[in-house]
Amino acid sequence: MSIQIDVKSKSFFQGKQGVHVLQDVHLEIKNGEFITIIGPSGCGKSTLLKIVAGLDTDYKGTVEIDGVQIDGPGLEQGFIFQEHRLFPWLTVEENIAANQSLKDVNVRKKVDELIELVRLKGFEKAYPKELSGGMAQRVAIARALLREPKILLLDEPFSALDAFTRKHLQDVLLDIWQNKQITMILVTHDLDEAVYLGTKVMVMKAKPGQIRKIVSVSLPFPRQRAHPSFQEMRQRILREFETAENSPLLEGLGI
Amino acid sequence: MNKTTITARQPLLRKEWERKIPAFGRKKIKKWMTQAALPLSVIFIWQLVGMTGTVSKTVLPTPADIMNAAYQLTISGELFTHLKVSIFRAATGFLLGAGIGLLAGIAVGFSTKTEDVIDPTVQMLRTIPHLAVAPLFILWFGFGETSKILLIAKGAFFPVYVNTFLGIRGVDAKLFDVARILHFSRWEKITLLIIPSALPTILSGIRLSLGAAWLGLVVAELMGSTEGIGYMMMDARQFSNTDIVFVGIILFAVVGKLTDSLVRVLEKRLLRWQDTYKGTM
Repeated sequence: MSIQIDVKSKSFFQGKQGVHVLQDVHLEIKNGEFITIIGPSGCGKSTLLKIVAGLDTDYKGTVEIDGVQIDGPGLEQGFIFQEHRLFPWLTVEENIAANQSLKDVNVRKKVDELIELVRLKGFEKAYPKELSGGMAQRVAIARALLREPKILLLDEPFSALDAFTRKHLQDVLLDIWQNKQITMILVTHDLDEAVYLGTKVMVMKAKPGQIRKIVSVSLPFPRQRAHPSFQEMRQRILREFETAENSPLLEGLGI
Repeated sequence: MNKTTITARQPLLRKEWERKIPAFGRKKIKKWMTQAALPLSVIFIWQLVGMTGTVSKTVLPTPADIMNAAYQLTISGELFTHLKVSIFRAATGFLLGAGIGLLAGIAVGFSTKTEDVIDPTVQMLRTIPHLAVAPLFILWFGFGETSKILLIAKGAFFPVYVNTFLGIRGVDAKLFDVARILHFSRWEKITLLIIPSALPTILSGIRLSLGAAWLGLVVAELMGSTEGIGYMMMDARQFSNTDIVFVGIILFAVVGKLTDSLVRVLEKRLLRWQDTYKGTM
């Protein structure tokens, strides 16, 4: 399962003004990689993710999964949004199953396993309004995993959570990645998160959105945030930003 | 000796009795008392004023007179016959109007093309009052049940239509993205996303529509009929039996409130998932 991204250009209209969001983004992602994309706001990183998901097909260029052009959302691509986007009228287990029937023994078994995996035992029958932000996001992850995606696309999935929950969910995600061999693409604006999770960190710049640098992170998992080599890697990526002409755009990077 | 043991025990007994009523029961009684306080005191003052004889009984009969009239009508069986006819009319009219309203609302909600064709006309018709079309309905369908039921249906149609339309268009576009990601079929989009999301709005449309059906019933029965609560009231007015007019009014209020409560029970059941302000600061 490899992904070839070759987006020549992507723009959309904001009122009457055209905005050039992405320009010449070429990237090849191999099976089982964990790519983290980081960049200033407005660099088109979320747009890029939506293109790979098949949610946005209005661009120039091609995106192929195993040589097949994407023309819409597919079951190979799971997607986790910044907000949990659960259906408020369904319980936790119903949300995970969604359009699959819980009466089906296979589905039931898989849903139970996933509830165990994301550590939500005892909350099967709860409605989203009764969950905390972190729990709701875990339900969303379970919902995506039930479809057994080969690629999981995550759009700033933990940015609305407190630091503790975020760290916990990052570990949950790493667990899933190591156990299920899913290719991950995660967009973030948290430098620590990018280095902690990614096998490759892709640094983007804005106006128009382009790849500034792709940095391979070869540190072994589980990574120690306090370890000198982690800090060194963090510094290296940070330097990429500092060379950017548009330093005011650093806002919101958590640096 | 005996006396002292009894007085010593009493406080304990009372405590036990209090404990026997569960907390939620006590809360319910308290809530019920809050709701009943205003109407009960109004009735009390009304009765007092009536008993002083300052107001003529043809203008304002006392609550006791009204209760007596209701009792007489009940044992003669008259009340029940009229009520049966009225409820049948209101229910048929409501089902017809609300049913068509729901279907039309869904049709318009799902397609902008249908919206362009149907909605402007419906919005124009919506503002025409009952009394303006009542003569036409009589001319077309006669004095029989058809014209009455159609008039009620006309009233019941609009709230359900408007709210169904609004409810469907109010579905969060972000959840549509989720439906695309999860590969929902068209049918799954309707049953898993659109209908549940529109349900609160549709249900409030149904509540409004029940009220409108009731209103249409009064107009329909007052414009000429030989049975039904409206007829009973018209008849009583001619003979200055104001107490029976009041019985009719109260009946409308009680049955109206009962049907409304029924829908609210339905709302509570179906909308357990809702996370909205409950009115406690």
